[in-house]
Amino acid sequence: MGDILALLFNTAVFAAALRMATPLIFAALGGIFSERSGVVNIALEGMMLIGSFTAMFVSHHTGMPWMGVLGAVLAGLIVGLLHAVFCIRYRANQVVVGTAINIFAGGLTVFLLRYYFGAAGTSPSVATVSDITIPIISQIPWIGRIIGRQNPLVYLAILAVVAAHIVIYKTSWGLRLRAVGEHPRAADTVGVNVYRMRYLAVALSGALAGLGGTYLSIAHLSRFSEGMTAGRGFIALAAVIFGKWTPFGALGACLFFGYADALQMRLQDVGVPTQFMNMLPYVLTMVALAGFIGKSVGPKAAGEPYIKG
Amino acid sequence: MQNRIRAVRWQEMVTPLAAVILALAIGAGFILFVGENPLTAYKILFVESFGNLRNLATTLQRATPLMFTGLAVAFGYRAGLFNIGAEGQLYIGAFAAAWVGFTLTGAPRFIHLPLAIIAGMLGGALWGSIPGYLKAKLGVHEVINTIMLNFIALYLTDWLATGPFHGGSWVPETARIKPAAALTRLYPPTRLTTGVFLALLAAFVVYLVLWKTRQGYELRAVGLNPDAAEYGGINVARNTVLAMAISGALAGLAGTEQILGLHNRFIVRFSSDLGFMGIAVALLGKNHPFGVILAAVLFGALQTGSAAMDRLTSVPRELITIIQALIIFFVAAEYLIRRILRMKEGA
Repeated sequence: MGDILALLFNTAVFAAALRMATPLIFAALGGIFSERSGVVNIALEGMMLIGSFTAMFVSHHTGMPWMGVLGAVLAGLIVGLLHAVFCIRYRANQVVVGTAINIFAGGLTVFLLRYYFGAAGTSPSVATVSDITIPIISQIPWIGRIIGRQNPLVYLAILAVVAAHIVIYKTSWGLRLRAVGEHPRAADTVGVNVYRMRYLAVALSGALAGLGGTYLSIAHLSRFSEGMTAGRGFIALAAVIFGKWTPFGALGACLFFGYADALQMRLQDVGVPTQFMNMLPYVLTMVALAGFIGKSVGPKAAGEPYIKG
Repeated sequence: MQNRIRAVRWQEMVTPLAAVILALAIGAGFILFVGENPLTAYKILFVESFGNLRNLATTLQRATPLMFTGLAVAFGYRAGLFNIGAEGQLYIGAFAAAWVGFTLTGAPRFIHLPLAIIAGMLGGALWGSIPGYLKAKLGVHEVINTIMLNFIALYLTDWLATGPFHGGSWVPETARIKPAAALTRLYPPTRLTTGVFLALLAAFVVYLVLWKTRQGYELRAVGLNPDAAEYGGINVARNTVLAMAISGALAGLAGTEQILGLHNRFIVRFSSDLGFMGIAVALLGKNHPFGVILAAVLFGALQTGSAAMDRLTSVPRELITIIQALIIFFVAAEYLIRRILRMKEGA
């Protein structure tokens, strides 16, 4: 029993949880912006995957990992715009377009991987964004060992949560964003450009998901491998719902899912099958949606194309 | 009148055809990008998928699971439900079929095979009815729940096949099914089995149920307008659960066919997105059972031909995945094209 307690509060597990949560946090924030504007985004997975690939590719060619980060953000932005054009302009079914993007990303990344790097399922090793030590914080006992030395992208993810909270709840842009997602007709009536808000939000969503993908290929690992997001885009989507479409709620959910992820290898030794830990985010999300732990209700107009009347 | 019906049918065909042609045209761009000749690559694709009886048989074999998953998505769609959980229902159905296949011993084929098929249908139906029930009773939209259930099914069957029902080898798979539970090969050495007849039968049954029975009328009424259906005395909740269960059963059959016809055991993560491809197949087939069959054959052909294209040219086979995704984009954007056409007619 003591062993298990020691394991649960192990600083190495917490530090790993934070790392595992990082790609989820970026993608979940992306999901929040898109869904808050009224556009369902189940394409986070595909956007992350394209971000992962681009980050690796740019880092490989420039030798500069931060250029890779930039490249991934831009690539994510473009995929976001693709989602936006089909959902907003062509009024296509948002879930269908999201599915198409996920399939497209899976095909495109492997197509390019095999064209540029041959038959193997992984890219060569590339330059990565390396960890940094925060001077004073790293000296604090216990806490210091969790947050004192991490990847810059981990810190950036936390900052992004704070920034997203401020943007969504403390700015007029955020107010308009929420209005467009809840009641587009009313927002339109008071002069908000519904289409423009949605384009911006969905593009931002793609950029953030791309940034999340970055972490996987040039920070957590130093290479891209086939399908390396492995469902993380959907876990991020689960975190959006579980966190009730709020940045801090999603952060909590991502940290919890990251914690479960970090714990699974160690719990396997105690006899808990890894598959059960893998299932946890999805089961909890269904429970949350069903209303057993405070019902999760999304933006009202999410999923419906807006037709200016 | 006759002419008008024909015109409508023709219009129905225009957009899927346009979507396929557009997707192939963009695919040609990708082929040029890797420095190959699109005409050569597409010729290989076509010849290798339809060129002779053997290739045609392989195309049909690849198309069979897509017929089932396409039917699953189309059936849900007709009842107003977007089932993107075919992948998960497929896994649960596949495991149930495999379980009956390797557990039951000494049963003759005419008992063992049907039992395994029924188990696969029930497995899929059970998994499909969960989001159906949650929608009917609690009003939770089926899209998120079916996504979540895909992953839960994936990990659940992963655990079953590597834990309690592990086959004993180092490979993550169960024991082999008994020969009495296997579908019969039609044209060896191709792996086409009697499963293809099962898929065609399923399409016909789906057609009959949806358009020739009272139950089907109710399901379609719910799909077109649930409020009006409720007002008209149709039990929307009951029909929602039923539609998801039938949709799940069809997806379960896809998994069943893969186990009893192709793999002969449950292999962890054996489905290469068959459930998701079902969405593309259903859309391209206009959510009509006969359209689904045609679309599945097209996708089966693309997959069959892509292996040869990969071998004979420097075009990676993933080109086919890209083309399939592009087809979904264009079919989805079809609504725009149709709206423009209709506006012109009105003017």
